[in-house]
Amino acid sequence: MTATVELRQVGKSFGSGHVKVDALADVSMVVEPGELVAVMGPSGSGKTTLLSLAGGLDEPTSGALLVEGVELATLGRGRLARLRRQRIGYVFQQFNLIEGLTAAENVSLPLELDGTGRHSARKQALQALELVGMSELADRFPDELSGGEQQRVAIARAVVGERVLLLADEPTGALDSVTGESVLRLLRAHCDRGGSGLLVTHDARFAAWADRIVFLRDGQIIDQTSVGEGPESLLSPTGTG
Amino acid sequence: MSVGMSLLAILDEAPTYGLRLKQEFEARTGGVWPLNVGQVYTTLDRLERDGLIRPVAGEAEGQKAYEVTATGRGTLEEWFQRPAKMDPPPRDELVLKLVMAIRHPDVDASDVIQAERKGAVELLRDFTMLKRDPPAETDLGWLLLVESLIFQLEARVRWLDACEARLDRSSAHLRTEAMPTPARSEETIPTEVLP
Repeated sequence: MTATVELRQVGKSFGSGHVKVDALADVSMVVEPGELVAVMGPSGSGKTTLLSLAGGLDEPTSGALLVEGVELATLGRGRLARLRRQRIGYVFQQFNLIEGLTAAENVSLPLELDGTGRHSARKQALQALELVGMSELADRFPDELSGGEQQRVAIARAVVGERVLLLADEPTGALDSVTGESVLRLLRAHCDRGGSGLLVTHDARFAAWADRIVFLRDGQIIDQTSVGEGPESLLSPTGTG
Repeated sequence: MSVGMSLLAILDEAPTYGLRLKQEFEARTGGVWPLNVGQVYTTLDRLERDGLIRPVAGEAEGQKAYEVTATGRGTLEEWFQRPAKMDPPPRDELVLKLVMAIRHPDVDASDVIQAERKGAVELLRDFTMLKRDPPAETDLGWLLLVESLIFQLEARVRWLDACEARLDRSSAHLRTEAMPTPARSEETIPTEVLP
């Protein structure tokens, strides 16, 4: 099975000489289809840099980055941009919706920019909004939606069409605890449908929704969780556990 | 004390006997705090001695059943209204371990922190998985209990993060001051990193 995203000994430095900063050093990791991986680490540990590289938004200084088996460095600018638009979705702490467009228009916009006809783009946008439980609010404008609803629209925009890799940078940062949890349920559902997700967070309660949690510190992976024994060994609501 | 009060609360709903009380207590707490039968009967004896419960006339399913007295109901009411005790704070093995680790010459406290964080996050993930797909017969009490464990683990990870940051600042301070390395037993924490 080809990994959705693979980092092979990836390094990223900023500056040079005395002011050279290694944001990431020798990072290797994979995210398989159907898998949600969380990256945890303190501020400045390289979490966001890792996410930018995984999404092809930035280039590594060393090492190789592959999305669905294709090494990004071998792609020309046009093909890289197309891969980013068609296969990768982004969710940020700020929802970044366009104010003058409805929820459905925000979701269909990336498809239309990519050449999909208006009718087909709207149909796909409505499907994506349905996945995040927002069908009934499809024609509302962002300022008519709550923070949690806006983030749902942003997730729909990130998974619309045939996007397989969902990259999320502190997606719950601006939300209360219960709404944050519903966002994680959506990321989880995307992966349960066969997609992949890479989530950056400093919040353990949200990272806990991932299959695997990677710990980053000073630009290096220092540890990761092992596979759990499964919840059966923990508690049972009937008191027999 | 809390087991006694919990049994009292269950009895206050309907008179019943020891084994049924044990089963009911364990069902409501998801089996996290199993009771042995002996413990249940010892607790019932104590509650009876203190006048909080009394035997019901006759037997239920061949067992001696109990009901709550007026005194017992008053004690139970007070228990529900009074905040749970936090003073003195309960002893916490993790806190003790870290307090010891930062002074121990052969232990790297950062390693201890990471091992604990990983363990807590793994458990957090497993509890989250449990909550995500709850078994069909789940009741609200069980869900509250699972969430309580999730929040406690989250607090643990946040506290470990804070410890790590404080430790980093402490060692950075020691480096910038270029202090002669004191013997570990005499090492003091710079005041800047203390609250």
